[in-house]
Amino acid sequence: MPEVAERLVAAHSGTSRAFARGGQPAIVAEGLTKIYRSRKSEVRALDGVDLTVDEGTVLGLLGPNGAGKTTTVRILATLLKPDAGRATVAGYDIATQADELRGVIGLSGQYAAVDENLTARENLWMFGRLYQLRSAEATSRASELLEEFELGDAADRVVKTFSGGMRRRLDLAGALIGRPRLLFLDEPTTGLDPRGRMGMWDVIRGLVRDGTTLLLTTQYLEEADELADTIAVVDHGKIIARGTADELKSQVGGERIEVVVRERDDIARAVELLTATGGDEPSVDEHTRRITIAATGGADRLIGVLRDLDEANIAIDDIGLRRPTLDDVFLSITGHATEEAAAENGDSAS
Amino acid sequence: MTTQSLPARPSGLGRSVSDALVITWRNLKRVPRIPELAIFAILQSIMFVLLFAFVFGGAIPLPGFESDPGAYREFLLPGIFAQTVAFAAATTAIGITDDINKGLIDRFRSLPMARSAVLVGRILADVVYNAGILVVPMVSGLVVGWGVSTDVLSFLAGFGLLLLFAMAMSAIGVWLGMMVPTVEVANQVAFTTIFPITFISNVFVPPQTLPDFLRPVAEWNPVST
Repeated sequence: MPEVAERLVAAHSGTSRAFARGGQPAIVAEGLTKIYRSRKSEVRALDGVDLTVDEGTVLGLLGPNGAGKTTTVRILATLLKPDAGRATVAGYDIATQADELRGVIGLSGQYAAVDENLTARENLWMFGRLYQLRSAEATSRASELLEEFELGDAADRVVKTFSGGMRRRLDLAGALIGRPRLLFLDEPTTGLDPRGRMGMWDVIRGLVRDGTTLLLTTQYLEEADELADTIAVVDHGKIIARGTADELKSQVGGERIEVVVRERDDIARAVELLTATGGDEPSVDEHTRRITIAATGGADRLIGVLRDLDEANIAIDDIGLRRPTLDDVFLSITGHATEEAAAENGDSAS
Repeated sequence: MTTQSLPARPSGLGRSVSDALVITWRNLKRVPRIPELAIFAILQSIMFVLLFAFVFGGAIPLPGFESDPGAYREFLLPGIFAQTVAFAAATTAIGITDDINKGLIDRFRSLPMARSAVLVGRILADVVYNAGILVVPMVSGLVVGWGVSTDVLSFLAGFGLLLLFAMAMSAIGVWLGMMVPTVEVANQVAFTTIFPITFISNVFVPPQTLPDFLRPVAEWNPVST
């Protein structure tokens, strides 16, 4: 079957045939705007989003809940019409060529969208048929993916009995059954346990290695760092920063030292000590007595800080080195923490 | 310009039909996986037959047939069939709402499939399901003394009409399912609308006995046989 081989090449090299379309980027979006209106209020879910994703690369959309990540994905996958702006995906216009567009994309969402009352194999066969594969091809493709995603043993079990990680893998397999050139993954690891998350990362890395173009949304800087070539930070429906993971991190300032002092009265002295050796203004949480400061120098700096604190007789409950999180990125870009983090701290204080 | 389109992607009517059949397959495949649904639909129709045949039946005289207790059962059964079909629409509504909330409809919408298939497939599956479920009140009807009084052909015509009615009710169920936010609401809305529709009809009581303002409603009610 020559056409199958041809499609294999198209899906898994992600280069030659796609670039034959005039070297257009896989995704171009300009000024995407989406407004949700209700009787009382008007929420600008997207407020002029511009995006470009080159063929064979991975873009990570990073942002907190409600930033507009899912809305962006839904618009690009033709599930939602934008109120303004335009976009092409794989060269097809989202407004006028939706049907053709759906033939070359795969979408795997935040909530595993598989039929709970069908088996894993039946689900994949169904999605394959709806991708317009012939029945035999859908069957063989389903078996292939079940093996690839380590669902072989569970293939003929009803999905209702699956764990969260298994469901997510099946959901992703469903998005891949038509060998899409372009894949949308909306928070692929949200709600998974650490092991499930690692497993998912491996799977996604494999896809990226094979050349699939990927748009991935995530709340975790670490995840975007692991998987994405470029990262766009989204907040309140706008892209507020973009660059490679390294660029973002250098902007944020690498690792952090976190100190929790035992006595509230010691906070001021500790801050003084920490800033004396250079570095940015630390962020201080009075309620949890937690001081966070960018740590150039990593472990050496940590040892130095420990010594300084000990000499100054400041008792501590906890100290550690940690990698920057989405909150740090937000703090350094916008000057405010994500609203969730703010809410969480508010909760812990009350 | 679409040199890279996938090979052999059927479009138009062929695709609509094949996609609708895939969705029909999916909906029917689910039936034995949630046996409770079918079992209770079956029990419900048996319950209505017995309840009205034996409990209320004696108290509801049919004008003109006061001396014949069997006449009411004869009168009741076709109505029960219609009611069974109408109640199945609630299941449809709940199923559709569930699909929407679980994100399955989004998945379907992201696929290069015929847009009509999700709805057509659902309705086709419902018709098949109803044909199966209807056997039950028919058998229990035979037990309590209902019978086919005409020939086989008119019986089949009647059955066909019931299935057409099932199709219409299923479409209403689909519509309800798309309008409401959650499965619980779907359940409530479906029953509060379908219950009076089946009762303000000539299913259980002769319309002559209804108050004036209700009589035309019952006479024009599609559930009335």
